[in-house]
Order: sequence, then C-alpha cells, then structure tokens
Amino acid sequence: MIYLQLFLAFLQIGAFSFGGGYAAMPLIREQVILHYGWLSEADFANLVTISEMTPGPIAINGATFVGNQVAGILGALAATAGCVLPSCVFVSLLALLYKKYHEMPLLKGVLGTLRPAVVSMILAAGLGILIPTIFTTGTVSFVAGNVQWRFVLYFIGCLVLLRKWKLNPILVMVISGVCELGMQCVLRFAG
Amino acid sequence: MGEKKTAVLKKLFFSTLYLSAFTFGGGYVIVTLLKRKFVDELHWIEEDEMLDYVAIAQSSPGPIAVNGAIVVGYQLAGLKGVLVSVLGAILPPFVILTVVSFFYSAFKDNFAIQALLSGMRAGVSAVILSIVWDMFLGVLKGKDWVLLLIMAITFVLNYFVHINVIWLILGTALFGVVRALVRQRGGKG
Repeated sequence: MIYLQLFLAFLQIGAFSFGGGYAAMPLIREQVILHYGWLSEADFANLVTISEMTPGPIAINGATFVGNQVAGILGALAATAGCVLPSCVFVSLLALLYKKYHEMPLLKGVLGTLRPAVVSMILAAGLGILIPTIFTTGTVSFVAGNVQWRFVLYFIGCLVLLRKWKLNPILVMVISGVCELGMQCVLRFAG
Repeated sequence: MGEKKTAVLKKLFFSTLYLSAFTFGGGYVIVTLLKRKFVDELHWIEEDEMLDYVAIAQSSPGPIAVNGAIVVGYQLAGLKGVLVSVLGAILPPFVILTVVSFFYSAFKDNFAIQALLSGMRAGVSAVILSIVWDMFLGVLKGKDWVLLLIMAITFVLNYFVHINVIWLILGTALFGVVRALVRQRGGKG
C-alpha cells in the first residue's frame, strides 16, 4: 500500500538524519531514488534546488513533494507524518533524559563520531547531483562529447560567486539557471 | 486559566508558523530565531534553559527546525504544545511544496523551465559542495585522525560500494558508543 510505504520510507529518513537539513539528503536519495524509484536523479536534483529556494527543512519539503508526486495530497500527509514522528519521540525522550541527568557525554561522543560520516554522505549526495550535470552519460569519463563544458563553467563560476563574493546561495542558483536559459535560447535560434 | 492556556497555544502556533514560513537557510537560523522570540521577546523561557533546548534539538534526528519547535512546545504546554508547534512548523513548507509539486508536474517539460532547472543544478551542486567543504574543515580542525578515517571509509562505502546509508549511520553510531565508553572509562582510571 502506497501510503504505508511513503510513511515508512520517510519515517526512516526522519529517524536517521542526524545533524540538520542536509543530513536528510543522502537518506532521501537512498529511499526515494534507489529503493523505491519514486523520483529520477533529475527530479531529485530539482527537488533539492526547490528546497534551497523555499523556506522549510529539506526533509519536510521532500516528504511533501514526493508524497504529492507519488500519491497526491494524502500521500504528502502520510510522508510528512512519518517524517516528523521520530522527531517527536526522540526530542521528548531526550528532554526527559536531559532533565534527569543534565549532561550527556555519551550522546555527545556519539554525535561527534557521526559528524564525519554525515559529511561524507552529504558529499556523496552532492556528487550524485553534480556528476550527471557535467557528464552526459552520468559517469566520470573524459571521452569526447561526454563532458558538458558549459556546465563545468557554471559550476566553477558559482563556486567563485559563493566563496569569493559571498553571494546569497539562492541568487547564485538563479544566476546559473538564467545563464543556461539564455544559452539554450541562443542555441535554439542560432541552430 | 483555560483562556490563558488557549492564548499560549495560539501564540505558540503563530510563532512557529511565522518562523517556519519566513526562514531561509536551514535549522541553525531558525533555532536562533526561536530563541529571540521566546527568550528575548516573550520571556517565556530562560536563556540557560534555551541553550539546553537547542542542544536537544541538535542532538535529535530529524529537521532541527521541527525539533526546536517540539522542545519549546513541550516545555510551554506539554503534549498539546508539541502538537500545536509541530503543526505550525510544518504547515508552511507543506503548503508551499504542495503548490510547487502541482506546478512542477504541469511545467517540468516546458522548454524554459527545463533550461532554468538544469542550469540551477550546477548552482545547487556548488552550494552543497561549498557547505561540505566548510563542514570538512570543521572536522579537520579537531585534529582527530579517527574521525578523518571514518570520513574516508564511510565515503568509499557509500559512494563506491553503495552500502545503504542507514547501515553506515548505525555502524558509525555503534562505533561512537564504544569509543565514548572506552574514553569514559579511561578518564576515570
């Protein structure tokens, strides 16, 4: 049953994303693309882009978007409910423990160890978006025609705008989007 | 008494709704804004207490914005408070993404939208890798080679061996528990 699947998939995403919004990204990818095939890689990349441009956590945005795409508004409700349930349970539990013991060196130790794992998984999810954007076949190889140099240029340009000019990420994404729109218009009318 | 409680719940709902609707930039920003609202403006929560709540919100799995709303709601009005603040926090993204999803299905094959989205993909990759770089530097600063090793191993297992991220998180957490216990014991001895 699709509603139950959505609920359970996002329950896992909610329960295992430690360390804020981006930590949910690799989990959404795992469940939604690799396990259930609800979204394509390109749809997922668009979802992440849309999430960056709208308020709200990626996990909730993802639950609503995927739920709606797969099974309409009820699907979105099921996925969102699954996504927040672990939060409700964990936070209440931790609040109770915290009140009793007031310090949690064990938990802090575990979270400190989890952090590098989360970083590497976000990196993997980021590469999962970057590589199909740059390489036509979706795999890294420098055969003629496989590398879309235009996108390499956008990517480097965006990095410069972000790191050197400290531009707002939303603005940077819009700039690269508009560049590509302009390029495709030119290509269309020139060809 | 009853009226006052309803007033608290109402305020809680609209506060979390407002914060969730207008906060770009993720959980850490929203936690700061929660503090400003409930500590500095409404004086419903003490500053020290709020620091503990932030720690709890960040230590729990799930979106930090939702976790922050839950812990504040619980403290102010118990389980009813949790329900109300969670609803407030998830309603804006739920409505916005439902609308977006509708338009996405209708327009994703449109020439202009497709060009725009594919160009933005280069931008979003840059945004994410830039954030990863900052996080990487944060881990590097700790000068803990075990953590760097974990980073390398989990990356290889995830990206090249395609092991489910849930197993990787569970495995790393288990290792973290053992490590923390060993350290605790070492500290005592």
